[in-house]
Amino acid sequence: MSDHESNYTPKGAFAKWMDDRLPLMRMMHGQFVDFPTPRNLNYMWTFGGILMVMLVAQIASGLVLSMHFQPSAAAAFDSVEAIRRDVNYGWLLRNIHAVGASMFFLAVYLHMARGLYYGSYKAPREILWILGVIIFLLMMATGFMGYALVWGQMSFWGVTVITNLFSAIPIVGEAIRTWLWGDFAVSGVTLNRFFSLHFLLPFVIAGVVILHIWALHVVGQNNPTGIEIKTKSDSVPMLPFAIMKDAFAMAVFMVLYAWFVFFAPDYLGHPDNYIEANPLSTPAHIVPEWYFLPFYAILRAIPNKLGGVLAMFGSIAILTIIPWLDTSNIRSAKYRPMFKWFLWAFFFTVVALGYLGGKPAEGSYVLWARVFTAYYFAFFCLIMPIVGLIETPSKMPRSITDAVLGGGGSMAGAAAAAAAEKR
Amino acid sequence: MASGTKASDTKPDHGIGAAHDEHGPSRRDFITTAALGWASVGGALALWPFIQQMNPDASTQALASTEVDLAPVKEGQAITVLWRGKPVFIRNRSKAEVEAAKAVSISDLSDRSARNDLMPDSAAASDQNRTKKDNENWLVLVGICTHLGCIPKGQGLSDQRGDFGGYFCPCHGSHYDTSGRIRKGPAPRNLEVPPYEFVSATKIKIG
Ligand code: HEM
Ligand code: FES
Repeated sequence: MSDHESNYTPKGAFAKWMDDRLPLMRMMHGQFVDFPTPRNLNYMWTFGGILMVMLVAQIASGLVLSMHFQPSAAAAFDSVEAIRRDVNYGWLLRNIHAVGASMFFLAVYLHMARGLYYGSYKAPREILWILGVIIFLLMMATGFMGYALVWGQMSFWGVTVITNLFSAIPIVGEAIRTWLWGDFAVSGVTLNRFFSLHFLLPFVIAGVVILHIWALHVVGQNNPTGIEIKTKSDSVPMLPFAIMKDAFAMAVFMVLYAWFVFFAPDYLGHPDNYIEANPLSTPAHIVPEWYFLPFYAILRAIPNKLGGVLAMFGSIAILTIIPWLDTSNIRSAKYRPMFKWFLWAFFFTVVALGYLGGKPAEGSYVLWARVFTAYYFAFFCLIMPIVGLIETPSKMPRSITDAVLGGGGSMAGAAAAAAAEKR
Repeated sequence: MASGTKASDTKPDHGIGAAHDEHGPSRRDFITTAALGWASVGGALALWPFIQQMNPDASTQALASTEVDLAPVKEGQAITVLWRGKPVFIRNRSKAEVEAAKAVSISDLSDRSARNDLMPDSAAASDQNRTKKDNENWLVLVGICTHLGCIPKGQGLSDQRGDFGGYFCPCHGSHYDTSGRIRKGPAPRNLEVPPYEFVSATKIKIG
């Protein structure tokens, strides 16, 4: 799509004058108005836009919360309570932000699942995918540090457990941990620096999002068939087609978001976080926010400290190399009869790990967490490379247009078709 | 001069990265490399304060010692005090607990180091090495699980004390014995014995 030229025509003297100096409107028009989008995109393609809106919602609500929040061990918890009770509309802004984090993660997980199912990580979209993994990591760091700010029991002990992960690193681990804390234990010093970083990181995310979209607009969007746009009839202009679909999905998503904000703002959180942090008493059962549970389950599944830490970080790091682990040159799982089932089993595994991560680490919960952790890694390290080599792909349409209009005929050998796809 | 010959007649020299010819690296290459090298040394030095500011400052390090009166703690009782922001478990162990701790052979332990801040890492994890001579009933430990930093249960009277009768960390299920040594679960090390000394018969100074 890099060869797509904007067909912007400046209207009026000022627009023309501007276009000769800073062709911003030309660029925006080319990238977001007449940009060719595959005509067969389904609703799984609407989460990118939703994620952008969520980032803006978090930055806007976070900015106003920070006008009332006090980042010290003595005042943080009370200032959050004051936001909820005293600040004008503070209850609303706080709910928008706290629920917003959950909705943000919900959207990102669906967005990533879409990428896995339709093979959006494969050539030529590797960089696009890796930038996505970086955004995901930054989001996790941001969400983790934001949760710490409340300075409730779960905040405090969550920070304790997660920062202690670094002490598993041989030799320098303990020094790194003390450096992160700025003290000999998690304290107000730690809270203060987390506030700084929690304020900064969303803007770093915004920067990486720009690169992500740039990379997207160089290679163009993937689509449910995994076949690239070949002719004009395969695509439609972004406005109004893709934009309207995005807008509708966003409205539905916002209804869900608003429902939580107004009717169940605490449903996704943990009641122990309404108890102020107490460094002398650990809650009986520490759990992170729901969106971290699958990774927490992996951490606890390994009965060795360093091993658990490596497995947990590894479970995310491995995502960066899947463009090279997957040996199939068919993108969409729709045409991969074997891989498809392994992939659904993988999705089930992640949900199951999420369930297990919220249970106490004992007995059969640990056993099952081990089984699912094993599958998690086997999926990437064994299934992706092997299935790609042995599977016979099913019949594929000739083009996106054929897939939509049912214009018959299969390609002589779907694999050959996809090979031609590869750039 | 190595440069300034034929090669630069046809290819004008634009500075960084240019001016290689058959005579090997030119004077300009040298200057460029030296300048970049020097700039990165300066960059690294300038970074140092930005990194170091995050470490605990002198005032935090200074809050180093705490005195504790042991007189009110009867046999079988335990108290928790704060030292450098960390909980310290002090337990007046019963005879049975001391015996149980002494009876364990070192080869049964997963961490065989005493983890006593006043001893080298090579000291064996015997109960003697983790307590003070003639005050063996007193067990003084940093009450932080060596796994991921939760506070183990075992100080309270009604607390669960795990399979080995000492401490139990509910976070991920680590069991410690009556000497605070790790016996089962994911924690890699024995509970740390902080530096402390008896300043009188019934008083200790931690740190
Ligand atoms: C990537 C975007 C962001 C995410 C995922 C995020 C996530 C979170 C989370 C999970 C909490 C804890 C909510 C709770 O349980 O109460 C939080 C709190 C907070 N965040 Fe953010 N945040 C983001 C952006 C921002 C920005 C840009 C700012 C400031 C400009 C900010 C300022 C705050 C403040 C002041 C709090 C503490 C008050 C409270 O708990 O409601 N956040 N954030
Ligand atoms: S922190 Fe104690 S077992 Fe994990």
